[in-house]
Amino acid sequence: MSTWIDIAALDDIAPRGARVVKTALGCVAIFRTGDDKVFALDDACPHKKGPLSEGIVHGTSVTCPLHNWVISLETGQAQGADEGAVNTYEIKVENGRILLDGTRLRARSAA
Amino acid sequence: MTQRLVIIGAGMASGRLLEELDTSAFDITLFGAEPRGNYNRILLSPVLAGEQEFDDIITHDAAWYACRKITTRFGETVVKIDRQKKLVVTSQGVTPYDKLVIATGSASFLVPVQGNDLLGVVGFRDLDDVEAMLAAARKPGAKAVVIGGGLLGLEAAAALHKQGMDVTVLHLMDHLMERQLDPAAGYLLQKELEGRGIKIVCKAHTAAILGKDHVEAVLLEAGDLFPADLVVMAAGIRPETRLATEAGIRVERGIWVDDTMRTSADDIYALGECVEHDAVVYGLVAPLFDMARVLARTLHGEAAAFVAPTVSTKLKVTGVDLFSVGDFSDGEGCEEIVFRDPARGIYKRLILRDNKIMGVVMYGDTADSGWFFDKLKSGEDISDIRETLIFGPAFQGGELMDPLALVASMPDSAEICGCNGVCKGTIVQAIRDGATDLQAVKSATKASASCGSCSGLVEQVLAAILGDEFKSPAPAGICACTDHSHQDIRRIIRSQQLKSIPAVMQEMGWKTSCGCHVCRPALNYYLLCEWPLDYADDAQSRFVNERNHANIQKDGTYSVVPRMWGGITTPQELRAIADAAEKFNVPTIHVTGGQRIDLLGVQREDLPAIWADLNGAGLVSGHAYSKGLRTVKTCVGSDHCRFGTQDSTGLGIKLEKILWGSWTPHKVKLAVSGCPRNCAEATCKDLGVICVESGYQVSVAGAAGMELKQTEPLASVETEDEVIELAVAFIQLYRESADYLDRPYKWVAKVGLDWVISRVVDDRESRAALVERFEISQSVYRKDPWAEQARPEYRPRKWAALADLTLEAAE
Ligand code: SRM
Ligand SMILES: Cc1cc2nc3c(=O)[nH]c(=O)nc-3n(C[C@H](O)[C@H](O)[C@H](O)COP(=O)(O)OP(=O)(O)OC[C@H]3O[C@@H](n4cnc5c(N)ncnc54)[C@H](O)[C@@H]3O)c2cc1C
Ligand code: SF4
Ligand code: FES
Repeated sequence: MSTWIDIAALDDIAPRGARVVKTALGCVAIFRTGDDKVFALDDACPHKKGPLSEGIVHGTSVTCPLHNWVISLETGQAQGADEGAVNTYEIKVENGRILLDGTRLRARSAA
Repeated sequence: MTQRLVIIGAGMASGRLLEELDTSAFDITLFGAEPRGNYNRILLSPVLAGEQEFDDIITHDAAWYACRKITTRFGETVVKIDRQKKLVVTSQGVTPYDKLVIATGSASFLVPVQGNDLLGVVGFRDLDDVEAMLAAARKPGAKAVVIGGGLLGLEAAAALHKQGMDVTVLHLMDHLMERQLDPAAGYLLQKELEGRGIKIVCKAHTAAILGKDHVEAVLLEAGDLFPADLVVMAAGIRPETRLATEAGIRVERGIWVDDTMRTSADDIYALGECVEHDAVVYGLVAPLFDMARVLARTLHGEAAAFVAPTVSTKLKVTGVDLFSVGDFSDGEGCEEIVFRDPARGIYKRLILRDNKIMGVVMYGDTADSGWFFDKLKSGEDISDIRETLIFGPAFQGGELMDPLALVASMPDSAEICGCNGVCKGTIVQAIRDGATDLQAVKSATKASASCGSCSGLVEQVLAAILGDEFKSPAPAGICACTDHSHQDIRRIIRSQQLKSIPAVMQEMGWKTSCGCHVCRPALNYYLLCEWPLDYADDAQSRFVNERNHANIQKDGTYSVVPRMWGGITTPQELRAIADAAEKFNVPTIHVTGGQRIDLLGVQREDLPAIWADLNGAGLVSGHAYSKGLRTVKTCVGSDHCRFGTQDSTGLGIKLEKILWGSWTPHKVKLAVSGCPRNCAEATCKDLGVICVESGYQVSVAGAAGMELKQTEPLASVETEDEVIELAVAFIQLYRESADYLDRPYKWVAKVGLDWVISRVVDDRESRAALVERFEISQSVYRKDPWAEQARPEYRPRKWAALADLTLEAAE
């Protein structure tokens, strides 16, 4: 069952930008793409935990600011020759508000 | 039941064997003494030099073995082969085989002298050796002695030197690489390496390695003593044959094999550097790859025979072009053709017998090596072209050929990739079958997949076959999003008056929706440089440091560097810095190489507050993070110094106040020294000023980072105002015409210093116009970004978290 948490307005994030949501288990990065899709991923690159929220967002990918790994916002998978993945979370926009699914976050904190 | 195939050694030969085999036909177990799978050993040299990472050179990863159901036992050394029971023994137990392959390669040969077992003595064979060398190189001022001036030793020496070590090569013979080079080429090579700062001693007989527990020095028989923190043994390799010898298998210099790679024992095969075929032991990969092909067929019960190939040698040291093949000793009936161009350091020598090429040695220019190698292998009679032979293919047939025509004229049998024995015909076929770029050709044919030195040729074949359809990756598009070059983009932004990133992408046909981390920062720069008053900077197209006005650290914290104009500070400023450091728990304070103070390890959310505090004391951003003006270093000059001729400090501060805040294609650093003693190190900066009695010498295009280059004179002038005008005009010309991420020295190398002088010095109108355009831009950008970003209204949106769910999630 999903439990949607209203976290902010879509406009609180710049297009092709990101900001973080603090959780008990570390930050989750919320991305907004150029065409207003939103994605939620752990804010720690699979390579060396670089803050993905500070990367450059392009298409539905983000380039990690530390060593330029490119991570898919859709799957959390590293692209190209690099290997690794970060957790992704269910997220949606309704009436200009960003809603994040709390179930997975809770499941993670319980685990 | 599927046959159990056991392979001992996970090296380059067995890796290739696995690729050639139909792995589903066997139940395969792969043992490797190294705690890792197969990788491209050849490229350990670039890894040691810091040019590549180990991850880049892995050829087979865990997924590869898993999907072929190969059992891997890495980190497990086979200690015995039991031929009677048909099993191999390791410390973990026994593993039975139906068929066994020995691919144990070779080991570094340790020169048998006292002390060769001390700590700090390493071979150059595997990743562990590389890591040991890199660890030694980390110690400041560490000294390395490389024993052996052959291929391996010189690659190690060049790489260690690049890593900052003080390197000496001790070579037993009269000249370097005597097995591949004649004395003349060996001399040129020695001169080149010595020019880089590597010491080379030939005819050096090592007597002993000295030290208590760890190596301290190497002693020569002649008595010379070379202090050392690291000794690299690169005097040769020894085929790893111990297992075979103990198992009673026939071993000569290597494990004896027949043409089908069978050893003298039933169901036991061998390949790689550990074998001897027809009295020859090999030490380069090309023949080993042929062996892999043959052995795969043998194991499948098909007929195949190994034929010894002719192998050529190249040295993988960046900036050294060297090629050798065949026999180049002055034998009976041999003739030679020699070409020398001492000024350019070029030497070419062909050895002929009966009008056929027997050997080739080339140094300095190896562009034609493939053509000569081809003639050597085909045994072509060269009497008709003998007159011009040494000048290479370009001069055959009267006309100068361009490189494309040249590859086009190569026969299909011409070998392009020496390591993998791939001929032009195979590459052409792969291209016709749909491979349209280097990567695709590499995966289809293996061409350029090993040492990589033929990738240029492969691209030329692509261009020759595909014509305009092939875009050579390097000079063409600035990234995968576009086929346009930096200069094209700049020109079109200007001529079409494009004023936004989407407009550029639309008009120039970008292939992606919103670019990538390579093109967007470049476009953002080009636009703000061209249209300072109209274009709105796009924060999302900036690299994190420029977006956050601080340098990101490996742990996600930031560093904060306030500006200290010309390296001058005051007690108040120092107090404010000390207070801020205490208040924000700054873990490290470092005095930078740019004459100012770096507060490292600041939390992201503290940035606006620490800036506000620093602003309070009059300190502004030092832009230590930007592609923009960094520092203007100065010395104390005529104010204090007994040698100072002018007020170097004052001039430096003036320059910094005019230039700060400007964005540039890459960072820009200046320095002003008060006299030719040059205490501010002005002659390795992007722009440097040396004060002299009669005025000021302005020089430009120095480098002291990844490359080292002295500045070149721009002009000598009499007044401070003229210096400032020249500096501003130079920087504006650089801003307007360089490729993004080219430092000034790279840009000047492309456009030519003469052109720069003509625009900045000689043509007064042009100079004034440049200065004017710089001022227009600075009317927008000469301001402190910290002050703006620290404003309270700015803070929540940019610097705070979007939401805090710490409580929520914990419930
Ligand atoms: C802080 C400082 C080291 C120090 O503690 O002394 C430093 C720190 C960094 N340098 Fe530097 N450089 C520092 C002086 C230098 C100098 C010496 C100088 O300025 O006189 C050089 C050689 C001169 C030159 O610029 O070429 C230097 C050549 C580089 C280079 C190589 C540039 C090149 O073109 O070859 C890089 C890489 C780059 O910029 O792409 C680099 C990159 C970096 C980065 C920004 C790496 C990065 O991208 O994260 C480092 C940031 C560390 C941090 O987290 O704060 N740093 N760096 C120095 C700051 C000076 C200042 O006050 O602003
Ligand atoms: C730094 C360097 C640069 C080079 N540059 C070039 C070049 O430019 N061009 C070129 O053609 N060649 C080059 N070579 C040579 C090339 O790497 C070798 O020819 C090739 O790797 C040999 O392949 P191999 O499989 O026979 O042996 P290896 O690749 O050495 O593999 C043998 C493996 O077997 C393992 N092994 C040994 N004994 C046991 C045991 N008892 N049990 C389990 N495992 C065991 C070893 O640990 C090793 O991993 C270079 C070599 C080095 C070291
Ligand atoms: S501060 Fe400069 S030299 Fe030191 S590690 Fe970072 S980039 Fe390298
Ligand atoms: S931490 Fe992300 S690329 Fe290295």
